[in-house]
Amino acid sequence: IRQGKLRLQKWFTPVPDREKKKVIRDMMTLVLSRPPRSCNFLQWKDLKIVYKRYASLYFCAGLEDQDNELLALEVLHRYVELLDKYFGNVCELDIIFNFEKAYFILDEFLMGGEVLETSKLAVGGAIEEADMLQETLEDYMSKPAY
Amino acid sequence: MPAPIRLRELIRTIRTARTQAEEREMIQKECAAIRSSFREEDNTYRCRNVAKLLYMHMLGYPAHFGQLECLKLIASQKFTDKRIGYLGAMLLLDERQDVHLLMTNCIKNDLNHSTQYVQGLALCTLGCMGSSEMCRDLAGEVEKLLKTSNSYLRKKAALCAVHVIRKVPELMEMFLPATKNLLSEKNHGVLHTSVVLLTEMCERSPDMLAHFRKLVPQLVRILKNLIMSGYSPEHDVSGISDPFLQVRILRLLRILGKSDDDSSEAMNDILAQVATNTETSKNVGNAILYETVLTIMDIKSESGLRVLAINILGRFLLNNDKNIRYVALTSLLKTVQTDHNAVQRHRSTIVDCLKDLDVSIKRRAMELSFALVNGNNIRGMMKELLYFLDSCDPEFKADCASGVFLAAEKYAPSKRWHIDTIMRVLTTAGSYVRDDSVPNLIQLITNSVEMHAYTVQRLYKALLDDISQQPLVQVASWCIGEYGDLLVSGQCEEEEPIQVTEDEVLDVLEGLLVSNLSTPVTRGYALTAIMKLSTRFSSVNRIKKVVSIYGSSIDVELQQRAVEYNALFKKYDHMRPALLERMPIMEKTATNGPTEIVQTNGETEPSVVEAKHPPPVTQPANQANDLLDLLGGNDVVPVIQTTMPTKPASAGGELLDLLGDLSLSGAPAPAPAPSVPTSQPSFLLDGLSSQPLFNDIAAAGIPPMTAYSKNGLKIDFTFERANPNPNIAVITIHASNSTEADMTDFVFQAAVPKTFQLQLLSPSSNVVPALNQGTVTQVIRVLNLQKQQLRMRIKLTYTHKGSPVQDLAEVNNFPPQSWQ
Repeated sequence: IRQGKLRLQKWFTPVPDREKKKVIRDMMTLVLSRPPRSCNFLQWKDLKIVYKRYASLYFCAGLEDQDNELLALEVLHRYVELLDKYFGNVCELDIIFNFEKAYFILDEFLMGGEVLETSKLAVGGAIEEADMLQETLEDYMSKPAY
Repeated sequence: MPAPIRLRELIRTIRTARTQAEEREMIQKECAAIRSSFREEDNTYRCRNVAKLLYMHMLGYPAHFGQLECLKLIASQKFTDKRIGYLGAMLLLDERQDVHLLMTNCIKNDLNHSTQYVQGLALCTLGCMGSSEMCRDLAGEVEKLLKTSNSYLRKKAALCAVHVIRKVPELMEMFLPATKNLLSEKNHGVLHTSVVLLTEMCERSPDMLAHFRKLVPQLVRILKNLIMSGYSPEHDVSGISDPFLQVRILRLLRILGKSDDDSSEAMNDILAQVATNTETSKNVGNAILYETVLTIMDIKSESGLRVLAINILGRFLLNNDKNIRYVALTSLLKTVQTDHNAVQRHRSTIVDCLKDLDVSIKRRAMELSFALVNGNNIRGMMKELLYFLDSCDPEFKADCASGVFLAAEKYAPSKRWHIDTIMRVLTTAGSYVRDDSVPNLIQLITNSVEMHAYTVQRLYKALLDDISQQPLVQVASWCIGEYGDLLVSGQCEEEEPIQVTEDEVLDVLEGLLVSNLSTPVTRGYALTAIMKLSTRFSSVNRIKKVVSIYGSSIDVELQQRAVEYNALFKKYDHMRPALLERMPIMEKTATNGPTEIVQTNGETEPSVVEAKHPPPVTQPANQANDLLDLLGGNDVVPVIQTTMPTKPASAGGELLDLLGDLSLSGAPAPAPAPSVPTSQPSFLLDGLSSQPLFNDIAAAGIPPMTAYSKNGLKIDFTFERANPNPNIAVITIHASNSTEADMTDFVFQAAVPKTFQLQLLSPSSNVVPALNQGTVTQVIRVLNLQKQQLRMRIKLTYTHKGSPVQDLAEVNNFPPQSWQ
C-alpha cells in the first residue's frame, strides 16, 4: 500500500483543519490506488479531481462542475514547467527543501483558484525580481546539501 | 543565545528521523525553541522561525501559536519578513480566527506600498483568504488598483475583485466603472483575469449580464486574433496561442450567448472556425474544442453548428486518449436531455465504453447509457446493461441495479420481461440492491396478477440454487407465502410447471429460518410466509408446530410474530382465513408507495392487537387475558342483552368490573348483534391496509380534553380520526405528573360500553416523571359504529413515594365531535 506525503497544499475556500486533513487523506487514497494508465479524472463527492503524476510527485486539483478538466491538466503542467525553469530540472527534493519558493511561484501563477498570468516569461520574471528584494539572499538562495 | 537553526537545516534533520516517534520528538524540541524565541520578541529570526513552523505545519503538526507572529512579520518593513508573513497568514489563518482581522490595516498599508511586489503580496493574500469583513474594508483599495496602468497590479486586482465579489456579492456594483476598458488591454494576464472578472459578474447578476452583452464583438475579435495570429513564443503551448485565455473567452461567450439570439448569432462564425481549425493531436487543442462544444450546445446556435458539436464529441469517443473519451461522455451526459436524438446516434459507441478498462469511463458510460434508454431500444440496451451488471466492479453494482429497475419500470415492453429482468438483477447482484427494492418489487409482483404463478415458480427455483442474497430471498419468501398454492398446483403457463409438494416448499422456508445466511429480517419474512401458507396448504399441523417452536425464539421479532400467530391459531382461528387472504392490488402513491410497506417490514399484515406491557416475555398470558377483555374479544358474537348488561362470562379480569356499573341508558341493545361480527373483522383489518396506523390527518378541530386530574396526575386526551375508517377515533392519552416524585409502574387501563370496541396500544413508558418533566403517552383506538355518545371508565395504578396508588374514574366529557 502506497503512502502519500504532502509537499504542498493550497486551499481557496475556508475549510476547518480537521476537514482539510480528511480531504487530503481521502484524496491520497483515491489517487494512489488508481491503476497506471487510468484517465486523469475522477469524481469525488461534488468535485472533479484532476491529477497528474510527474516522477515521484502527484499534482492534484479539485474543480467545480463548470471547470474544464482538460484545461486543468494544462494548468498543472504549466506549474511544473514554472518550477522546472526556476529550479533547473526540478525534482521532489527541490520542492521539499524550498517549499516556500514553490508557494511564491504558485502565487504568481494562480490566485483565488484562477489563472493569474498566462505567460511563462512574466511569471518567471516576477519571481526573479521579487527574489532580488530579499534582504537575506544568502540564506534564501543557498542550495542545501540534501 | 545561539541563532535558531536554519530552515533547510531543520528540514534535513527531520528527514533523518527513522520513526514517527523520533520525528515527533525533534518537532517538539524545535517548537519549544521557537516558542521561547517568540516570547523573547526576537525580530531578527522571527522570519526563519515562522518558516520552520510552516514546514512543520505541512507535516501535520499544530502551529497556531505562530499566528500572531505572522501578523508581526506582515507589519515589518523587510520584504523577506512580509513574504513569509503573508504566506503564513494564507496557510495558518482564515476567517474563523478572530485574529485575522488584525491583518486588515497592514494589508491596507501594503496595498499602497511603493513597491509593486509588496502590493502584490497584499492583493494575493486578500484574494485568497480575505474574509467578508476584510473585503468590505478593503474593496475600495482594490477598486483603485483595478484602474491602474500597471498591468502587474491590474491583473492581481482583477482576481482580488473576483474574490471580494464571491465573499460580498453586494459590492459587485462598485467595480462596474473600472471594467470599462479592461478588454482593451494588450497584456494577456490582464485580459485573462478581466475575462474571469466579467464572467463572475455576469454569472451573479442578470443586469450585469445584459450590460456586458455588448462586449461580444470585442471578445470575438480577441479570440480571432489569438487563432489567426502568428507564433507568439510567450504564450505558445504546442502551437496554440494562449489556450487559457481562449478557453475563458469561450466560457464567457457561452454565458453571454445563452438565451440570446443576437449574441449567439454574432459568435456563430468564430465558433465554427475554432471547431474546425483547432489542432487535435495534443491535449491542449482538445481542451479548447471541449470548451467550444460546451458553448455551442448552450447558446442558441444554428442546427448545423450543433450537429458539428455532437460529431466532435462522437469523434472524442473514439480517441485513444482516455481523458478525451471521459470528457466526451461527460459532455454527452450534459446534452442528452436537450439533444437526445443526436446523442442517440452515438449509442453503440457509448455502450462499447461500458467495456472500457478505465473505471471513470465506465461510470460515465453507465450513466449515459441509462439516460439513453427509451421505449424503442429497451430490449437491446437492457441486454448490454445486464451484461455490464454481471461483470462490473462492486462499486457500480448498486447504482446499476437501481438504474435497471428504474428503466424497466418506465419502459418494460411486457410484464413477463419486467419480472424476468428483475429476477436477473436479484440473482446476479442481489446483495447490492437498495433496501427499497424489496417493497417496490413486491408491489410490482402483486399488481401483475397474471404472472403470479410464473413469478413464484421462478423465485422458488432461484431459492433452490442460492439463499445467500437477502433481497432475493425476501421477495421469494413473500411470494411463496402469497402464491404457494399456485406453486404446488402447477398452474404456471409461461413455462413448464414444476412438480413440487407442500412439504418441499415448507422445507425450503424452514431452511431459511435456520440458515446462518439469513438475516433477522429475512427470517421474519420466512416465518410470515409459512404462516400464510396455513390457509393455502393442507399441512396445517406442520405449520402450527413450526410457529409454536419460534414462540420461544431468542430473536424478539420472531418470537413476537410466532406468539401472535399462535394466538391466531388458538383464539382467533375463525379470523385466520380473512387475515391471511391474498393481498389486494396496492395503490402506489408517488411518495408513500415504498415507505408504507417498509414500515411494516415489507409485509402488510397487522400485528395482532394486544396491549403489551414490558416485559412481554415474563407475563404474556395474564396481560393478554386482562386486556383482551377490553377488546370485547370474547364477545365476537355478542350476547344480546335485552336488560341491563350483566358481567360478561369472560375469563379473568377485574377490569371487566369497570363495565358493570355503566348503564346503557337509551341504547337498544339488540340492534348491533348481527352487524358486530362483520364490523369486527373490518376493524382489525384496518391494520391490514397498506397505510401506516397513524398516518392520518388530525380530525379538524376536535379539541383536546382533560380526562382526569387528581393528586398531581393529569391525563389529557387528544383526538385524531383514523384513515380510512371514519368510525374509529384515535385518542392519545398524555399523562403528566406535577408532584415532586416520579410515578413508577404506571398502568393506564380503559373500558368502554359494549357497543364500542376499544384497542389499547403500548404506552411510551411506565414512569411518569416528576414535576412535569415528561409525559407518558398511549394510544387508544375506539370503534364507534353506532355513533353513540362515548363514555369511558379508566383505572390508574402507579407507585408514588413507595406506596401503591389506585384510582378509578369515569370520563364523560368527550367532545361531541369525537363520537359523532
